[in-house]
Amino acid sequence: MSHDLHNRSRRTALKTLAAGAAATAASPLWLPRAFAADFVVGVIYVGPKDDYGYSQAQAQAAAAIKKMPGVKVIEQEKVAETTDVQKVMASMIEEDGAKLVFPTSFGYFDPHMLKMAEKYPQVRFAHCGGLWTEGKHPKNTASYFGYIDECQYLNGVCAGHATKSKKLGFIAAKPIPQVLRNINAFTLGAKSVKPDITTQVIFTGDWLLPVKEAEAANSLIDQGVDVITMHVDSPKVVVETCERRGIHVCGYHADQSALAPKGYLTGAEWNWLTPYTTHVKDAMAGKPLNNFLRGGLKEGFVKPSPYGKAVSEGARKQADAIKAQMMKGDFAIFKGELKDNTGKVVVPAGTVHKQTDVVLEQMNWLVAGVIGKV
Amino acid sequence: MESEALGWYGVPIAVLGGAIRVSTPFLFVSLGECLTERSGRINLGLEGVLVMGAMSGYAVSFLTGNAWVGVLVAGLAGMALGLLHGLVCSLARVSDIAVGIGLMLLGTGLAFFLGKPYVQPKAPTLPALHLGDWSASPQIQAALQINVLFLAGIALAIAMAWAFRATRWGLIVRMVGDSADAARAMGYPVAAVRTLCTAAGGFLAGVGGSFLSLYYPGSWNEGLSSGQGLMAVALVIFARWRPLACFWAALLFGGAGAIGPALQSVGVTGGYYLFNAAPYVLTLAIMIFTSSPNRTLAGAPGELSVTR
Repeated sequence: MSHDLHNRSRRTALKTLAAGAAATAASPLWLPRAFAADFVVGVIYVGPKDDYGYSQAQAQAAAAIKKMPGVKVIEQEKVAETTDVQKVMASMIEEDGAKLVFPTSFGYFDPHMLKMAEKYPQVRFAHCGGLWTEGKHPKNTASYFGYIDECQYLNGVCAGHATKSKKLGFIAAKPIPQVLRNINAFTLGAKSVKPDITTQVIFTGDWLLPVKEAEAANSLIDQGVDVITMHVDSPKVVVETCERRGIHVCGYHADQSALAPKGYLTGAEWNWLTPYTTHVKDAMAGKPLNNFLRGGLKEGFVKPSPYGKAVSEGARKQADAIKAQMMKGDFAIFKGELKDNTGKVVVPAGTVHKQTDVVLEQMNWLVAGVIGKV
Repeated sequence: MESEALGWYGVPIAVLGGAIRVSTPFLFVSLGECLTERSGRINLGLEGVLVMGAMSGYAVSFLTGNAWVGVLVAGLAGMALGLLHGLVCSLARVSDIAVGIGLMLLGTGLAFFLGKPYVQPKAPTLPALHLGDWSASPQIQAALQINVLFLAGIALAIAMAWAFRATRWGLIVRMVGDSADAARAMGYPVAAVRTLCTAAGGFLAGVGGSFLSLYYPGSWNEGLSSGQGLMAVALVIFARWRPLACFWAALLFGGAGAIGPALQSVGVTGGYYLFNAAPYVLTLAIMIFTSSPNRTLAGAPGELSVTR
């Protein structure tokens, strides 16, 4: 009886709500910015979203969630890692009614996104790459990231087989933990093939500096480096320069094999659709925010590019075997004993870091074999 | 493909190669600005013209399949922007500095807006002349891969120096730049000469931009120019408005840009932010050392609004 009553009252309530909604929607004076049915998602990029790289990989996922029913995506590109991004977030929330924001660049996290999260506690923020910590960061913020170092390790294996001079090059933007982790994984992958390989690092200082990146590639090649990979926002220029100078290159962010048909070995690519879908679905269903979303090859967050022509049979075999282990989840890239390039032990013998270890996301060293300084 | 490592010898070679590769946009923009300033106007908008040239050159090269057509269109796009600056500044009481800044924002904004569809496609680029094939060292071969535009820039610098000194046209431009009253007394149309000089300067800056997108680094995106157009304006002052000095200054700036990566590649890993800032520090240092509160710069055209 009481159950029935409860049911009826709920039905009435729903009816009233529906009538109210219909009335407001019909009213010509009140023009909604977004229809009530639309769940508004804001996505912010640091670079142009068709940069053959980082922002493009994010934009591909955003384009895919656009197709989900009831989702409206608003985007803004080329937003600097300054108070600019705070303004963009505020306007997405206040003007467009965004309920979920994806600030996709590393520098957006602290303090910009954290500040906005405090100001708008009802909005969800999902940041790419930041290190969300329980108790330290607001509950309505989250970070998602992929273990792309797994693909960089595979890059390293292919590079190790391809190099003749045993000198590899890595063109990096800034010495932040994710970048260092990639440099180290790439070097460890290469050293698993030929232990005396070295990786020369060049930091350009910012995410998008085409002329400097081209200069860096040329300088490395002049020093005898014969395989290059990178961690910059738009690898197009580096890949093209390597192809022109006739050396091998491993891609990053997206598939660049079309830019270097001769020299492209393989590449480390993102597949952001998985975390994007999770966050959007959770938010629409009212489920709690998954504050710390991580995954690698196994979870479908990252994928390697198809092998290029220049990858030897032996390299394919070894890389495929390691990839199979990674897919099963029982391959550790960072296991003791590892020394950094100043001779200090950074991972003691016997310690095995699983990919999910957050220690790895605080990396501040370069492994032995890397020539460079943080 | 296999090459011996050069170690420290690699640094001067990389700087030399970098100077040749990176200097061409500086050279064209500064020659264009040199011509404009010699006629008595400053066009600060050449950064925007450069970016516009880079975009239009790349787009046209992609659409027509011919990089040289791209260079030509880049020049024409630059000329259109230069003409706009020249005409607006011919109106009474218009500040050429303010118009220049407006033009800079217009040029970059327009280029970003129109250039969106061309970030991804791969356009045909300009060929290189292999002047280093006599050498067995692949490093030297690479450093001496020279683009025709670089040689054209040198020829242009020489031609301009000669024209300023020895031709009637050069004399008219110099006179208009040094004293508008004298030029008017001689019956020359001051505004028309200046407008033409600004348009021609825009053409050169546009061609300089096409070098960025069509040769080195040889791709179009929105971060392509890191202020080369602005630095080139400073460079003209450094070169004291002499075309040949513009060439050496452009080489110096190009080489300064190559120092950062070159040093890191031989293992000098500390202080890379400082080395990377070398071209900007150089610009600043030049401005400080060449300025004086008591006199105008030697060689400065008398009608320049900044020196008057």
